[in-house]
Amino acid sequence: MLKVENLHVYYGAIHAIKGISFEVNEGEIVSLIGANGAGKTTTLHSISGLIKPSSGHISFMDKSIGGMTADKIMRLGLGHVPEGRRVFQDLTVQENLELGAFSVKDKDFIHREYTRVMELFPRLGERRKQLAGTLSGGEQQMLAIGRALMGKPRMLLMDEPSMGLAPILVKEIFSIIKECNNDGVTILLVEQNANMALSISDRAYVLETGKIVKTDTAQKLLGDESVKKAYLGG
Amino acid sequence: MVIIEQFINGLNLGSIYALMALGYTMVYGIAKMLNFAHGDIIMVGAYTISVATTNLGLSPILSVLLSMLVCTVLGVVIEKVAYKPLRMASPLTVLITAIGVSYLLQSVALLIFGSKSQRVASVINVAPVTIGGITLTGESIVTLGVTIVIMILLVLFINKTKVGKAMLAVSEDRGAAELMGINVNNTISLTFAIGSFLAAVAGALFVSSYGFVDPYTGALPGIKAFVAAVLGGIGSVPGAMLGGILLGIIESLSKAYISTQLSDAIVFGVLILVLLFKPSGLLGKQRVTKV
Repeated sequence: MLKVENLHVYYGAIHAIKGISFEVNEGEIVSLIGANGAGKTTTLHSISGLIKPSSGHISFMDKSIGGMTADKIMRLGLGHVPEGRRVFQDLTVQENLELGAFSVKDKDFIHREYTRVMELFPRLGERRKQLAGTLSGGEQQMLAIGRALMGKPRMLLMDEPSMGLAPILVKEIFSIIKECNNDGVTILLVEQNANMALSISDRAYVLETGKIVKTDTAQKLLGDESVKKAYLGG
Repeated sequence: MVIIEQFINGLNLGSIYALMALGYTMVYGIAKMLNFAHGDIIMVGAYTISVATTNLGLSPILSVLLSMLVCTVLGVVIEKVAYKPLRMASPLTVLITAIGVSYLLQSVALLIFGSKSQRVASVINVAPVTIGGITLTGESIVTLGVTIVIMILLVLFINKTKVGKAMLAVSEDRGAAELMGINVNNTISLTFAIGSFLAAVAGALFVSSYGFVDPYTGALPGIKAFVAAVLGGIGSVPGAMLGGILLGIIESLSKAYISTQLSDAIVFGVLILVLLFKPSGLLGKQRVTKV
């Protein structure tokens, strides 16, 4: 479904991504794990069009999307839940969700999806009229996911959904990611919490300073000695 | 009675500042740039009215409509030609370009119309009204009425329509807005169109109240409108309205009661005072990031 080939990204003189290739098949949950600064967020930003890759090839559903603007890529069905939530703080919860469906013409879909998001996150329903900036970190994360779902995505890129959340909320968010996947949304997940990420993933890639150093099924990586040492805390 | 008349003069002038300040503040909010050519758009609008009424013999209404069209198109074209290629450039580069565009517009006007100021007949044909010994000119009545209607429509447009909310989203977080499928370039074009349209309205009201136009007509009001936007909190639509009205009243009252020469100094002094105590402006807010 998503195919990245020999991707290079430079920030000025810094070679942030050094020729990585990977793919995500329809229906999968795939994780990119790695330390801070390994290039995980940069990779996601290049895929969704927030930054322009320096070279390489990216295709989504057999369509080349490298160099397209982010709004066009989103309209192809590739959603992105960005790092740090980035909800629109001065708008209400409901307005944030409506903006998520900005590109969707089908009114029935918007209505159905809105109801579903409210079921998925009952707390957003209670806070419908509240400004997003007044929500807690966990609620903002739920809103960011809900907002992305409103855009009718075939695939979601999720960047550090567990960041800064209490352990109980992390569990809740991950079970929701799994649920979205069961509903047919393919997921590419970036996480520092590798344990949690691998526990719901089918496969994973290990990123180290801009290069993929290892790839395997999530099951095998959970048991891998070097991965355990570097990313799983023991 | 004189103080009330001066106050009304202030409201009149302030309305024009407010309409122009809206253009500054919306463009700043969405494109994150200071469009210093904005003041000169009202000069173009004023000349358009002058040419339309005297040379083309159009009716006042048609002249104003033509001026709106010319200014709106000009604003969008300036953005496409001069600013869009600089989307990734440093803010300083964009600022200098904007100042360049401002001089360009003034010089072109100078070439076409010469440096002598031209008289322009008022496009407003409303009889003055006297209430309790205070006379309101037709220009004042129309200026206040038009400004109030425009402000209400603009606030409704921004806060209630899908496109308006998309503008708010772009102004808060351009990247996140793009991830919603919002086309940022179209949103910026629309902002320039609205800002320039409001400048055309301001230009029509300005020539009607003051009766003349020259190539530098837009320069000082442009700076004042920028001050008004900063005073109210740049990026804030209600702030621009409040800042503009306040500035007009302060200017009018200081001209009447303190000194004509010092009025600009007082206006800028107020700006400095406000910024000392509230650096983000009267209605501007400082964002708190939640981690």
